[in-house]
Amino acid sequence: MGETIQSVERAAAILRLLASGPRQLGVAELAKALGLPKGTLHGILRTLVRVGFVEQDLATGKYRLGATLLHLGSSYLDVNELRTRSINWADALAGRSRESAWIGTLHEGHVLVIHHVFRPDDSMQTLQVGTYLPTHASALGKVLLAHDPYGEAPAAPLRAYTKATLTDPKALETELDQVRARGWAAEREELTEGEVAIAAPIKDARGIVVGAIGIRGAVERLAPDGALHMEYVSYVRDAARAITRALAR
Amino acid sequence: MPRPHYVAAIDQGTTSSRCIVFDEAGNIISVAQREHRQIFPRPGWVEHDADEIWQAVRGLLGEAVSGAGIENAQIAALGITNQRETTVLWDRETGRPVCNAIVWQDTRTDALTRALAEHEGLFKERAGLPLATYFSGPKIRWLLDEIPGLRERAERGEVLFGTMDSWLLWNLTGRHITDVTNASRTMLMDIHTLGWDDELLAAMGVPGAMLPEIRPSAEVYGRTSGGVPVASALGDQQAALFGQTCFAPGETKSTYGSGSFLLMNTGHEPVVSKHGLLTTVGYQIGSGPATYALEGAIAVTGSLVQWLRDNLGLISSAAEIETLAKTVDDNGGCYFVPAFSGLFAPHWRSDARGVIAGLTGFVNKGHLARAVLEATAWQTREVVDAMNADSGLDLTTLRADGGMTADNLLMQTLADVLAVPVIRPMVAETTALGAAYAAGLATGYWPDVESLRANWHKAAEWRPAIGEAVREREYRNWKKAVARTLGWVEQDEGSRP
Repeated sequence: MGETIQSVERAAAILRLLASGPRQLGVAELAKALGLPKGTLHGILRTLVRVGFVEQDLATGKYRLGATLLHLGSSYLDVNELRTRSINWADALAGRSRESAWIGTLHEGHVLVIHHVFRPDDSMQTLQVGTYLPTHASALGKVLLAHDPYGEAPAAPLRAYTKATLTDPKALETELDQVRARGWAAEREELTEGEVAIAAPIKDARGIVVGAIGIRGAVERLAPDGALHMEYVSYVRDAARAITRALAR
Repeated sequence: MPRPHYVAAIDQGTTSSRCIVFDEAGNIISVAQREHRQIFPRPGWVEHDADEIWQAVRGLLGEAVSGAGIENAQIAALGITNQRETTVLWDRETGRPVCNAIVWQDTRTDALTRALAEHEGLFKERAGLPLATYFSGPKIRWLLDEIPGLRERAERGEVLFGTMDSWLLWNLTGRHITDVTNASRTMLMDIHTLGWDDELLAAMGVPGAMLPEIRPSAEVYGRTSGGVPVASALGDQQAALFGQTCFAPGETKSTYGSGSFLLMNTGHEPVVSKHGLLTTVGYQIGSGPATYALEGAIAVTGSLVQWLRDNLGLISSAAEIETLAKTVDDNGGCYFVPAFSGLFAPHWRSDARGVIAGLTGFVNKGHLARAVLEATAWQTREVVDAMNADSGLDLTTLRADGGMTADNLLMQTLADVLAVPVIRPMVAETTALGAAYAAGLATGYWPDVESLRANWHKAAEWRPAIGEAVREREYRNWKKAVARTLGWVEQDEGSRP
């Protein structure tokens, strides 16, 4: 291990002290407990307050843990919670588009299908919740890659599922730029011959993309003359916006 | 081009009121929702402020309409569906409630219902219901006994009774009416004639002057101040039966909310259960004959998940129960029977209280989460067995709806314990959809029930995936756990929590 940074260690010690009891602590108390000069502490506390990890009580001038820090560990949106909050809008999307609706999240480099609504034609279909889709060859995956906060590219080589699969990392990067720019992704027979998919991002209250929703169907229906029918794109984007609004409440 | 028209439904539920706008295909266009307070004055007592609920409801239609980006004039009909049995008494002159509403879960009438035991046969035979704290009749009687001067005013017709449908219809249209499905939950209506019954009224001690006029579930009752026809009212579970398009005898739905309710359409004749189910009116469209249903009511299913969240703090949202349950492969030998206010169908034992059985040092919170989900599945199995025995038919698929159908593990567990496929329809909000369907039928927005059937689509299906030997062993264990809940409350402490 290399050398450590002293001020980060001191910040951690302050946070531990503030977390150790229900009491708010003043600079003098912190200084005494940590054996540090008040001036040093002021600088660290000011920084911690600015990033929201510590709050100062305006009446007493004492310090306590900040709301941002408290939310750090619990801000992750449970996938079952996401399904629960999305279910009405995924149903409505399948109902209006007459195609199957899907919701996915990123999981260890793949798209995990967390919700699936059958195409409403009462044909034989099997529930695909819990299965995985490749990120680079699915519309859901492209949306999730385009908004992945870690920005990790899928591991090369990119597998070709059909002739149309994007296997060149540069071509994929260009496509992801386009997804970010226009707010939705398409996949034209890139995973399965004859199937087309459209997807759009679902954002949480902080504006972070927590999932993608989309539809998948036969190319003859979604893109009969080679071009996607924009009507389907607007159904998908409406559903994504409705869920985003629901998550903001 | 003519602007498209829609149908709206107000779903006045136990914890919140919602207004949902649907299009002609039954798709949800917009949702508006407001919660109201749960008032717990004492252990076992649950009340609502009816005024607060009306104030919430009156704004919802406008909110849902503007949320859809449309205008009032594009709403072809408004339907109402409501939490059932919850009892409101109000002053005819001022239109204000005379006290808080007593909610269906409230058990304050426990001693009173026991005192009515001599009439048990009459209630079962004529109203189709067992004696239980659950229904409206005992709640009205309790209020008339407890609030000084109320009985005299009720006899003079100055104080009116209504379930939530009546209360909303009174405020929306100015009429004192109720629908036949809600009336069938009071213990005061003859299930055969569909009218208030003098003998039932005398046995319960409720004056007829305070009762609303009984109307069909679907007809134009009046118009809102904004001119929208108010055209249906159904109790929530009956609305879900209608929303699931269970129009033929034998068709069955199961709704998973705070409690769970299986209803089977039994056609135009009331069927008296020999296995602990209720006989209830399913719906009545206009001047047509009434359609009846057998009902299996389970008091605690989704509310057990909330209990795990609120009282134990094991999860931070109801949906997380699935995440927690999936941290383990099975229940670890643990079974949870949530007889929090006794057991409803098929047992009807008010002396039962909850148990967690089979605990060992091995059991952890994941196993407990599994046991919580399995409790919903096994309680459903008990009701399905009763329904199969009463109807002589074997359930071949379960049509499940309601909020808990978002829980995939629960749906799979249901398929496993019932040994039949479980199907979720495209619109999980079948309660509001049923009220919308009935209202749209009354105003001609939809021509007939066949056009509604065409709207029903399968959204998901779960197939049984466990072996018969495992299923039988688990059912045996569940029954042993249920046996341990019985007889916990002794008669003289029956009114204690």
